[in-house]
Amino acid sequence: MSLLDVSDVRKYFPIKSGIFFQREVGRVHAVDGVSLSVEAGETLGVVGESGCGKSTLARCMTGLHEVTSGNITFDGDVRRDVQMVFQDPYGSLNPRRRIGSIIADPLVIHREGTPSSRRDRVRDLMALVGLNPEHYNRFPAEFSGGQRQRVGIARALALNPRLVVCDEPVSALDVSIQAQVVNLLKDLQAELGLTYVFIAHDLSVVRYVSDRVAVMYLGKIVEIAPGEELYERPRHPYTAALLSAASVADPDRPRDRVILRGDVPSPISPPSGCRFHPRCPKAQERCTVEEPRLMGDGHKWACHFPLEPGERLQSREVGE
Amino acid sequence: MSLTDAAFEAEPVHAEVVHGKGPWQLAWERLRRDKAAVISMVVIVLVALLAILAPLFALITGHDPLTQYPSTALTPEGLPVGPGADFWLGADSLGRDLFVRLAYGARISLLVGLSATFLATLFGVIVGLLAGYYGGWVDGVLARVLDVVLSFPYLLVAIVLVAAVGASVSLTIFVIAFFSFAAMARVVRGQTIGYREREFTEAVRSLGASPLRIMVIDVLPNLVAPVTVLASLLIPTSIVFEATLSFLGLGVDPRTPSWGAILADSTDFYRVAPGLLVFPAVLLLLTTLAFNLLGDGIRDALDPKR
Amino acid sequence: MWRFLIRRIVFGIVVLWLVATTVFLLFFAGPADNVARRLAGPRAPIEVVEQIKDTLGLDRPLFTQYLGFLGDLLRGDLGTSFISQTPVSTLILQSLPGTLWLVFGAAVLWMIMGVGGGVLSATKPRSLRDRTLTVLVLAGISLPTFVLGILMIYLALSVFPGTGLQPGPYISPFVDVGAFLSTMVMPWVCLAVVQAAVYVRLTRGSMLDTMGEDYIRTARAKGVPERGVVYRHGLRAALTPVITQFGVDVGTLLGGVVVTESVFGLQGIGQLMIRSVRDGDLPVIIGAAILAAAFIVIANILVDVTYSFLDPRVRLA
Repeated sequence: MSLLDVSDVRKYFPIKSGIFFQREVGRVHAVDGVSLSVEAGETLGVVGESGCGKSTLARCMTGLHEVTSGNITFDGDVRRDVQMVFQDPYGSLNPRRRIGSIIADPLVIHREGTPSSRRDRVRDLMALVGLNPEHYNRFPAEFSGGQRQRVGIARALALNPRLVVCDEPVSALDVSIQAQVVNLLKDLQAELGLTYVFIAHDLSVVRYVSDRVAVMYLGKIVEIAPGEELYERPRHPYTAALLSAASVADPDRPRDRVILRGDVPSPISPPSGCRFHPRCPKAQERCTVEEPRLMGDGHKWACHFPLEPGERLQSREVGE
Repeated sequence: MSLTDAAFEAEPVHAEVVHGKGPWQLAWERLRRDKAAVISMVVIVLVALLAILAPLFALITGHDPLTQYPSTALTPEGLPVGPGADFWLGADSLGRDLFVRLAYGARISLLVGLSATFLATLFGVIVGLLAGYYGGWVDGVLARVLDVVLSFPYLLVAIVLVAAVGASVSLTIFVIAFFSFAAMARVVRGQTIGYREREFTEAVRSLGASPLRIMVIDVLPNLVAPVTVLASLLIPTSIVFEATLSFLGLGVDPRTPSWGAILADSTDFYRVAPGLLVFPAVLLLLTTLAFNLLGDGIRDALDPKR
Repeated sequence: MWRFLIRRIVFGIVVLWLVATTVFLLFFAGPADNVARRLAGPRAPIEVVEQIKDTLGLDRPLFTQYLGFLGDLLRGDLGTSFISQTPVSTLILQSLPGTLWLVFGAAVLWMIMGVGGGVLSATKPRSLRDRTLTVLVLAGISLPTFVLGILMIYLALSVFPGTGLQPGPYISPFVDVGAFLSTMVMPWVCLAVVQAAVYVRLTRGSMLDTMGEDYIRTARAKGVPERGVVYRHGLRAALTPVITQFGVDVGTLLGGVVVTESVFGLQGIGQLMIRSVRDGDLPVIIGAAILAAAFIVIANILVDVTYSFLDPRVRLA
């Protein structure tokens, strides 16, 4: 059995209107039928543009959101063994509380240990993530963004979790700091045998940390594969477009970028058929009516006309 | 203000931050450097002393605030005597000691101002937190009711209530507390809605923290600043309102020495005894100005960016 | 648009109904004898109490009385004063002109002082001018209206008796303009000073917010003169909250400028209310209170509608 099993999970947010008697006027289909599993010890990367539902998926995994339908099964206590590292190092730490109490929160809420044993644990955790343990009495405002993210990681590790869901843990940091925090996460994984779900929109960071990578578009997983495989041989046109849009430091790589046309459609009324069809260079009649299923073994994709290995995606306008 | 201004102003704060001072300590230090706020605090302490020591002043002068001393306080023509050794600030038209009455009046003003603000803050914070955190239709109705309540003037409601149940100190406190409560609850509710969605509340919620713990330990400390500022501004409003009601004869019992009632008594006599008007007016003005300045100072100290 | 207006009006009627019901329950709930005694006042002889009980029909079931009360209100019948035996509506109509003149005169003054002061403050933030105005505003907010009023009367009568200004009942300008002005100037200034303080603060804050917006920077960048930036672009947008506040304030004050009228002995609605409370003249209090509530509700509806015209971002869903 996998550590975490997500099966056909949907999360819709109602849009309400009215003052006294609110009525539902629409629904945001944030996550719309996602299935995946996370094995113990691995890192699953989830990438996608902002608004694709990856943060919502993370919040469903940690129990912050009740799912609208579908199941999430976790081998353990979700409240205890699944922890989260948040995106915003400023928003995720309470500005009016001391670092020590913030890191001790999981212990206090789960009634773990005595005040003095908790203090020791907090100091150990701070040392573990590379913070000076003597600073436990300080307030978040006294730390830099990178240090704050270390505080957030220390808090996530307090209860020795089995799964850590990292929701864009470095995207709010300076590039120079990102590497430090990513390396810290990798080191901690090696040391503590952690399992990560690592969510980001930065493909290169995900590639660096992940064993497997899932690509999300408008609430659905369009492709999921082992990291190298996905980056070298993308099958879904959206994955290929994302990859070509990312600046890759590889002089041998052909530099023709596929520019996606148009905006991401509204998740309130997603397109029919394949959700990517209005922007897809390879879209045909079938894509507008029939929704593709996630197919394959190990490397899965959801596309009626996938790219063949070696085939390069071509923009319609840019064509040769 | 441009961005660079903000950056320059923020700098000294960061320099101090390195020494490990908490936000409250920093705010207190900023407040202590604010001259207007310090003077205001001194004035408030003096007024508080005047109120606390009122019986002592009555003892020293030998004048009860309610007793009339026609033989010593009124001239043979029946006019009140001016300030002097016997009557420090003079006597009022009925031959009572103005200073002793003002000292006892300070008690009423502070009692009403502080107790109404305390009640309003207590209930305003509780209701605002619950409504803001839980949301839903109860919150929607409550928000609408608070809007409607706040659209009616204090005085109109006070007049109707006084007409229905009669004037008293407790009614005065109730009316002021009720309106201040509405203002407080509205502010706390809005702030709570903002904090409910912040990542640091999500962080503890994902751990399974109870709503009570989130409201008290995670949200409440962030509300201390806006609540303190609003409360410090509600105190002078309450004092002015009590004085106004008493001036109109709708507040405390007219014989009770309240600043508003003393001023109302003075209106027929200030041509012959301007002190009857000037002393209570200055005292009232100083007190409310001090509280308002202190409130502004607290706001600046807690939020140096503005 | 129409749906919005109708919903707003229905909501206003509900509020008024709730006000009327609350007032009714405040005064009429309880045993008939107690109610009659309360209405008559503690010192009234027993015959008067009995008479009140009969004329108001306090023996009837509460709900019957309530229906009668609402019916009278709907017909515009506010009852008859206990004291003067004149219809309440007559008393209110007699008092209305004083309040109207006071409010509209003062409104002109406080808008000039308030918006002017706010603009002066906001165009040079943190300057000496701004600081001075801020202190003045704080003093204005700290100064209770009635203290300002009696200080003004003291100055006018004792220190500068030559001005000819004096407190006194309202005299129609169509009867005697001189007397009208000599009684109205002080109340105008008094009310305007207290209100202006709030408006300086509001205008300053709103201006500072607006002047920080991108389109103001754009206007400056494309070379619009500073004067034009401030008045054509900045002030126009900044005035929306000021106008909202203005509408609400005027509506509230029309229901009686209690303190100012009382201090200066100007016989308007506010003073009528205070006098009625002192005399225990219940029908007048009830009538005036409901009238005041109606003014407030109407002003709020007008403000909401105006606001939606001024600010196209507010959608009338």
